[in-house]
Amino acid sequence: MEDSASVLDLLKLVYTIYVFAVMSLMLWFAKGVSNPAGKPRIVKPATFYMYVGLLISVGVSIHIFTFNKIPWVETDFKRHTIEKDPSFDKSKQLFNIVVKKQKFYLPQDRLNEDGMLEIECGKYIVFDVKSEDMTYGFGLFRQDNSMVTQMQVGPGTRNDLMWQFNKNGTYHIQSTEYSGPKGGYHMKIENAVVVKGCDVNDVRSMVGGN
Amino acid sequence: MGFMNTLINGFEGGLKADTLTPMQKVTLRAVVMGVLFYGLAVLEGELMRVNAVTPGLFDESHYFSIMTVHPIVGIFGSTYLIVFGAFTFLVPYLMKKPLYSVKLANWTWIGIAVGTVLSWLGGAIFHYAPLYTLYWPLPVDFEQFNPIGGLVFVIGIAIIMVGTLGFIYNIFATVFYTEEGHEKRPLKPLILSALGIDGMLNIWYKITGREPYSKEPAVSLPVVAIFRGTIDTFLDAMVILTCGVLILVYIVGDMSGAALDYTSVNALLYKNFFWWGLDLIADGLVLIYVAGTWYLLAMLITGKKLFMQNIARAALLLELVVSWMVWSHHLLGDQGQPNLMKLLSGEMVTAFELVTQGIAIFITLVTLWSAKPLVMDNRLKFLLAGMFGFMIAVPAAILQADMGLNRILHNTQWIMFTHVHTALLIGLTMTLYAAIYTMWPLLTNNIKLYSQKIANWHFWLHLLGGLGMSFFMGMSAMGGALRRYIYIDGEFNIFMIMAAICGFMMLVAWLLYLYNVIMSFGVKGLLGIYTPSKIDTKDLIPAEYAT
Repeated sequence: MEDSASVLDLLKLVYTIYVFAVMSLMLWFAKGVSNPAGKPRIVKPATFYMYVGLLISVGVSIHIFTFNKIPWVETDFKRHTIEKDPSFDKSKQLFNIVVKKQKFYLPQDRLNEDGMLEIECGKYIVFDVKSEDMTYGFGLFRQDNSMVTQMQVGPGTRNDLMWQFNKNGTYHIQSTEYSGPKGGYHMKIENAVVVKGCDVNDVRSMVGGN
Repeated sequence: MGFMNTLINGFEGGLKADTLTPMQKVTLRAVVMGVLFYGLAVLEGELMRVNAVTPGLFDESHYFSIMTVHPIVGIFGSTYLIVFGAFTFLVPYLMKKPLYSVKLANWTWIGIAVGTVLSWLGGAIFHYAPLYTLYWPLPVDFEQFNPIGGLVFVIGIAIIMVGTLGFIYNIFATVFYTEEGHEKRPLKPLILSALGIDGMLNIWYKITGREPYSKEPAVSLPVVAIFRGTIDTFLDAMVILTCGVLILVYIVGDMSGAALDYTSVNALLYKNFFWWGLDLIADGLVLIYVAGTWYLLAMLITGKKLFMQNIARAALLLELVVSWMVWSHHLLGDQGQPNLMKLLSGEMVTAFELVTQGIAIFITLVTLWSAKPLVMDNRLKFLLAGMFGFMIAVPAAILQADMGLNRILHNTQWIMFTHVHTALLIGLTMTLYAAIYTMWPLLTNNIKLYSQKIANWHFWLHLLGGLGMSFFMGMSAMGGALRRYIYIDGEFNIFMIMAAICGFMMLVAWLLYLYNVIMSFGVKGLLGIYTPSKIDTKDLIPAEYAT
């Protein structure tokens, strides 16, 4: 199962290769177009149409590829079906969180003995966040500060994110949207969420490296 | 020639302000002011980079007020002034008729400059800091912000928008009016051509085996791009003005002791409306204006017609329509936004920007290639660098405008640097420098550049600084660095240090450019452009310099 870290690693690789390819192309072009020995070249319209076809294919393929490879896209589309399924246990899988005056309020009755929201591995989890004033963000972050997932949290609107965790780890909650200077660097709850019961660990999210 | 003499009188006699026409002066006034505002934006940017390395340099309210005014100064104060100034000259130049109103053009640049200063003061003095996105109800949160700061800021923005409307009126009027002594210009071919419909009809006529609808379009291709982009500029100005009035109502309510309930405004609906308008800048007028500028530069540099110009005309119309339908990519992280809108507007239509921008790049490159060998002068190298900037910036945005990737990239530094700053600093700014170098002889009556060596240093420092900053900030984004957050524990320090060094390179590049311009013009010539023209003419260029 892909997680955000592996998707971002792939993105980093693909985009870096792309940038170097464009850089090489432009250097080659700059050298060629100013070469005194060069002669004018005429490009056929057919080449242009093939190129446009390629652009359209690439633009569409990106989304088809991610839809098939990134699991949370499908979750976003199917989430209402999943929530209505009898196997979805709201008492364990739904967390209501409130945010107001640049502060997150976790459901006190759902915290474990370490003061964390405890999540069972492999289950679909819904974070239902309600803003009582500003527009905020809700993000989950690993111990190395990399992002697991996020959503915007607007006042008076639905802000519920469904996510499936497949690795053990401890995560921070942090606002991913600016809500004024008071939220400049204070809107973070360290070690707010813990995932247990998986066969594998999220190596970037183990407290103390364990 | 001594240093002081060159500084005061310019290189080899410098700019003779007395020989400039009113049109040359109004263009230079706007462009020089825009270049100065650009320097302020770069300085602000560098201050924020330094604060990222040494948090605490500014307190939160000060830091975020810099972040708020930075894009206002950069987009409106700098880019709008340079672009509007250049287009105010180019439209009459390309249409071979005088500008509709030089007086209005003067009020336009003055309005935008004054408005920018006012908005800047709203941040600098009162620390008004809702950021450029103005997410509701932050702009009216008077527990965090002084309403007077909001008032100054919003009035500043409103004046910028009124100045923008002045530019729009002048451009449209110049395209359509019939100048004195000229036979009446029929409106229909002008409208069809300005919208690019004649290009589409030409393609259709060709497919159906008929003679072209229009062999000589009434409006040249770069003017079509300016016209189209200006439609988006108008729509964007109206949306921003509407939001400004809304915020103003709340500010006045608070100041008069009758505070209004901010929940009366639906935050998600507001966000949709605001992004629809704001996105017309990023995905509308910038891309369309830039494509038009590339086409113009390619034609001027090569002296040839544009490759596939009917397609280019049609693509500009497609780009206009696409720009009206892509705003949802800014709301992919909003769960309340319907999935269908995310999919269609946010993903699929947005992906068409890859096509429209790709077409502009291909056509420009092929046009240049068809005229090789070309001299690698300032115009050409800045143009190529500008295209390179968009070639790497646009795909970065298309990737983020994906429901899967957006979930893990939204509001990280990826969008701000890998996309926005790459597009603006490398793509747009280097295209603008190419345009400035191209227009230089037309606007200055052919004065010489002080130093080509300095121009080369400016080019490489700007390009490598911009590329480096985007790279290091992009790498921090891969590690989870958020764009609107102050990291106080050195979480991404190595990237922040490298980005600050690259930002400093850009600051030095701008200083070198400014120095080169001052030494070329001379202080006397530079100040002279802000005095009234001594030549009473509607001509763009003095007759003795027009060739």
